[in-house]
Amino acid sequence: MAIVYEKSRGLTDAELHYCPGCHHGIIHKLVAESLVELGLLDDAIGVCPVGCSVFAYNYFSCDMQEAAHGRAPAVATGIKRTHPNQAVFTYQGDGDLASIGAAEIVHAAMRGEKFTTIFINNAIYGMTGGQMAPTTLIGQKATTCQSGRTKEQAGMPIRMAELLSTLDGCVYAERVCVTDMANLNKAKKAIKKAFQKQMAGEGFTFIEVLSTCPTNWGMTPLKANQWLKDNMVPYYPLGVIKETAPESAEVK
Amino acid sequence: MEKELWKGNEAIAEAAIRAGCNCFFGYPITPQSEVPEYMSVHLPKAGGVFVQSESEVAAINMVYGAAGSGMRAMTSSSSPGISLKQEGISYMAGAELPCVIVNCMRGGPGLGTIQPGQGDYYQATRGGGNGDYRTVVLSPSNVQEAVDFVQEAFDIADQYRNPVMVVMDGLIGQMMEPIEWRPVPKRDLPPKDWATTGRKGRDHHNVINSLYMDPEECDRHNEHLWEKYALMEKNEVRWEEISCEDAEVVITAYGTPARIALTAIEMLREEGLKVGLFRPITLWPFPEDALRKLSKAGHVKAFLDVEMSSCGQMMDDVRLSVEGRKPIRYLGHAGGVMPTAEEIVDAAKAALKEGA
Ligand SMILES: Cc1ncc(C[n+]2csc(CCOP(=O)(O)OP(=O)(O)O)c2C)c(N)n1
Ligand code: SF4
Ligand SMILES: [Mg+2]
Repeated sequence: MAIVYEKSRGLTDAELHYCPGCHHGIIHKLVAESLVELGLLDDAIGVCPVGCSVFAYNYFSCDMQEAAHGRAPAVATGIKRTHPNQAVFTYQGDGDLASIGAAEIVHAAMRGEKFTTIFINNAIYGMTGGQMAPTTLIGQKATTCQSGRTKEQAGMPIRMAELLSTLDGCVYAERVCVTDMANLNKAKKAIKKAFQKQMAGEGFTFIEVLSTCPTNWGMTPLKANQWLKDNMVPYYPLGVIKETAPESAEVK
Repeated sequence: MEKELWKGNEAIAEAAIRAGCNCFFGYPITPQSEVPEYMSVHLPKAGGVFVQSESEVAAINMVYGAAGSGMRAMTSSSSPGISLKQEGISYMAGAELPCVIVNCMRGGPGLGTIQPGQGDYYQATRGGGNGDYRTVVLSPSNVQEAVDFVQEAFDIADQYRNPVMVVMDGLIGQMMEPIEWRPVPKRDLPPKDWATTGRKGRDHHNVINSLYMDPEECDRHNEHLWEKYALMEKNEVRWEEISCEDAEVVITAYGTPARIALTAIEMLREEGLKVGLFRPITLWPFPEDALRKLSKAGHVKAFLDVEMSSCGQMMDDVRLSVEGRKPIRYLGHAGGVMPTAEEIVDAAKAALKEGA
């Protein structure tokens, strides 16, 4: 019988600890498949964050480092600068990247560090139990804004892909989601493109993936999927936010 | 061997390059900025990587990444910047990553002063970051030692898979002294087969991590770390005793105050007073057995601890070794004010009276 589907070699056999309906697992799969399909798995070094994906080092089958909260871009800088020909990526949540690690991601992008960041925006602090993130939407309830986030109290949610796009060192930023097959395919394409651009030495590449947290949103997986489409996508538009043409070879 | 005149901070940077440092990550702060400045010019020429980081937090995490992937990595800073590195140092101790960290100390607390200080002794010797851990802390009292210790520090770090600190008051970083590039002892080092270099056909993936969710496992990990620290205590402790054989007063001091103490001891000896110097070279492990032994000697009547710190941070360790057997006096200044030889002479006389 022909094999029509296999678990990616880019993932280990460890059982995922994510809640039912959480998108982290799907996104892991896309990253793992991309590394395998591009022939990068054996070379790759990943950096995982502090957040629900803290155990990603158990799931990706490539070499992995676990970074302090928010510091993955600095850790990846140390790796990539000393291993310039290898694929390096960070996988970070929104609290990790857009809050405590804001300086590290901005400066990695500014320097044009040649690694890829997979940014999981689920509009909440998942691991610590549903506190407000910088990405939490206006009106969205969280345990530290129980009547919903207000602009007066917490400001407007941060759009990281757009913010990083203002930096010349960031050559590619795309926002995707994985709520359905069409979007999932787009997400995979974007992740692969980011790794290709990294390996071509173009600069910093950034994929923001809108993601669900059914547990802390207090929804069923299906409802969470719908909530993401109805509420997150309008504020965080999908698509390519920035793509710089590769610097053309110097003509001598 | 020929002597060369070097400024402390630049000599440290050159020493690191000679020791095979592959990468340096740092952020400007007085009085250590000559280290990153020198590295930015000379490390790339030697085939290494220099990055000026956005902060000390980022610098130590770049060190984490590079060290985790098998590199000889280094960072340097001065007191406020070293405070910011504590998170990363704790993570590196937890993940068992080797690196060299230089603290060219200034006075505190807070912004304090850019003048030399020794107020980071507690921070350096008690871990500094969260959790139960230690780092070997080497403390040079001249530029020659700084150069030797920085080179050795890389080997010590690699041997134990642990951060090593070289801690000195800012004066040693700033002053120029003749040194020689003499060979330092080299160690047999284990291969870094744990490093995340990419699998490249390896049958398992390597993971750099300090997280142990299972309490039993975390307990075992801590036990393993403490076994390692016990080995360091046994094998790495260093100190120097000068004129202690007959000393009635023993001065305890490290770094620049130890040098000033030597001048004071000469003055005192000329007056016929028997005073010696006990100088810890490793602040951790502290040479407590040696000092304990000295405190039991009949000829020793009293101790005088001299530091560039207002409260006498090392004095806690002196007390723990002397265990109340002899009185201990303290002479200290903070804020960049250095103890003078005359002050030390007076304090030693007072100590002698107290111990009589
Ligand atoms: C220095 C530090 N501060 C706080 C924490 C606690 N903490 C752990 S995970 C987390 C939030 C993670 O949220 P996010 O990055 O959005 O990831 P998610 O769990 O949503 O995927 C926090 C605050 C920590 N581990 N370290
Ligand atoms: S808490 Fe949220 S982000 Fe974390 S695993 Fe569960 S659903 Fe996913
Ligand atoms: Mg989150």
